[in-house]
Amino acid sequence: MRDFLRRILTSKWSKVFVFLLSLSPFVYLAWPLVAFLAWQTEPTRFGANPVEYVQHFTGDWTLRFLLLTLSVTPLRKLLGLPDLIRFRRMLGLFAFFYVCLHFLTYLWPDQGFDLHGMWKDVAKRPFITVGFLGFVLLIPLAITSTKGWIRRLGGKRWQALHRLIYITGLCGVIHYYWLVKSDHRLPLLYGAILAVLLLYRLGSSLLKPRPQPASATA
Amino acid sequence: MPIRKHSDLTYADVTPKSLYLSRRQVLRSMGIAGGLLLGYKLFNRIAYPPATVKAGAKLNVALKSPFSTTEKENTFDDVTHYNNFYEFGTDKSDPSRNAQKFITSPWTVSVEGEIKKPAKYSMDDILKLAPLEERIYRHRCVEGWSIVVPWIGYSLNTILKLAEPTEKAKYVAFQSYYSTSQMPWGLHSGIELPYVEGLRLDEAMNPLTLLCVGMYGETLPNQDGAPVRLVIPWKYGFKSIKSIVKIKLVKSEPPTTWNLYAPREYGFYSNVNPEVDHPRWSQATERRLGEFLRRKTLMFNGYGEQVAGLYNGMDLRKYY
Repeated sequence: MRDFLRRILTSKWSKVFVFLLSLSPFVYLAWPLVAFLAWQTEPTRFGANPVEYVQHFTGDWTLRFLLLTLSVTPLRKLLGLPDLIRFRRMLGLFAFFYVCLHFLTYLWPDQGFDLHGMWKDVAKRPFITVGFLGFVLLIPLAITSTKGWIRRLGGKRWQALHRLIYITGLCGVIHYYWLVKSDHRLPLLYGAILAVLLLYRLGSSLLKPRPQPASATA
Repeated sequence: MPIRKHSDLTYADVTPKSLYLSRRQVLRSMGIAGGLLLGYKLFNRIAYPPATVKAGAKLNVALKSPFSTTEKENTFDDVTHYNNFYEFGTDKSDPSRNAQKFITSPWTVSVEGEIKKPAKYSMDDILKLAPLEERIYRHRCVEGWSIVVPWIGYSLNTILKLAEPTEKAKYVAFQSYYSTSQMPWGLHSGIELPYVEGLRLDEAMNPLTLLCVGMYGETLPNQDGAPVRLVIPWKYGFKSIKSIVKIKLVKSEPPTTWNLYAPREYGFYSNVNPEVDHPRWSQATERRLGEFLRRKTLMFNGYGEQVAGLYNGMDLRKYY
């Protein structure tokens, strides 16, 4: 069974499959717009406040991809499927893709591309500040996601830098929690999943036997 | 002697095995088709909100109010599919689905408290207390969106004057209907229910404060607060309490639902004020449903001429 899974995971089509699957929320979102432009069919799914719909949609998928990216390492170890690592970069870049769309829906329809107004908003409002911080912290990770950058930075430093995603995950959950008025069930669910994923890392780093300092006695 | 009655059936009447088996096949494929149909319906229900709303009864509107704005009205579809009515779910599209079976007849509104003439009104009574007016108001939500709605009703002061408030009456407390069997979604709303709201007596007596029984020429749809609600156009939308069952005149400031939940975020007054922000977001701008970019929010939602005098000498930063 494991061999079979491994063969699927390492086949060259698996990446194409995961890519298309990750892109499908975007297609789902963009399709009514295409239909509207092509055949003037009224987009009904977006409801009375389409801007808000797109904001929530892209925000939701950013959080989901952040959590998916963070679950790769635990799943590799728990399922004994190290080949899952092949998808981690792609999932992380999809999180970045959806957060870029999310940020654009804030900068354009909300702020009217007024950078000055945006800065005032970011500085003044914790809910915006924390979301913006999470977004900014992902930028260096997206840039340094290539093989070349791993080489240039060296594995250890690259890994340390990419731990920033933990903070982005926290920022995302807090951002969502502060958006909601009183029904906190969904943000708490995302928070609980994030907590499990981060605690797993804490646990495994505490349990890992530390390299013994070279002893001087002979 | 036992009587044996011969059956009329002969062996020729036995269903041939092939037919019998094909019947099974038909049933199975019906099951699959049913499953697919159910899946399709479920998908549609998730993907698309119901397009139609149970038709309301036509109302006889006698007057067009001079308070009406000439701004473009939002569509009936927008106003009935984008609702904050936490008793029926916290998502904006929840009430349009979950409120469809809400029973609003018979209905009684009790007027009580510091008054000389307590009364219980049926909806028929309420519809006949005064001629119905159409009032097209701007409606601004504390969340930063707004709509323009042609409401139907008459000034709340009609019913308050009939009650003859005593000297002691200084505030009016309102209460919504609540039942966990009709509104199980309320249990997850995070707020304490039944929903309660309140106004200072002079605010309640202001002619702009509308006792509302309909919109768009018809009785109120359930998700918009049927059968009777308030509309207070210069305050954030949550002050305009829905599905009212009790109006009580009281001596001191009554508790209000959102203020109880987060006193720092939602004040008793909650007048629309672009200069006083919500702790988590700006109130300087709003998105009018149907528009892409945000527009500037007006002081008292543009009704300053009628209501600014109510707050003379008050620090509106303190009394937000």
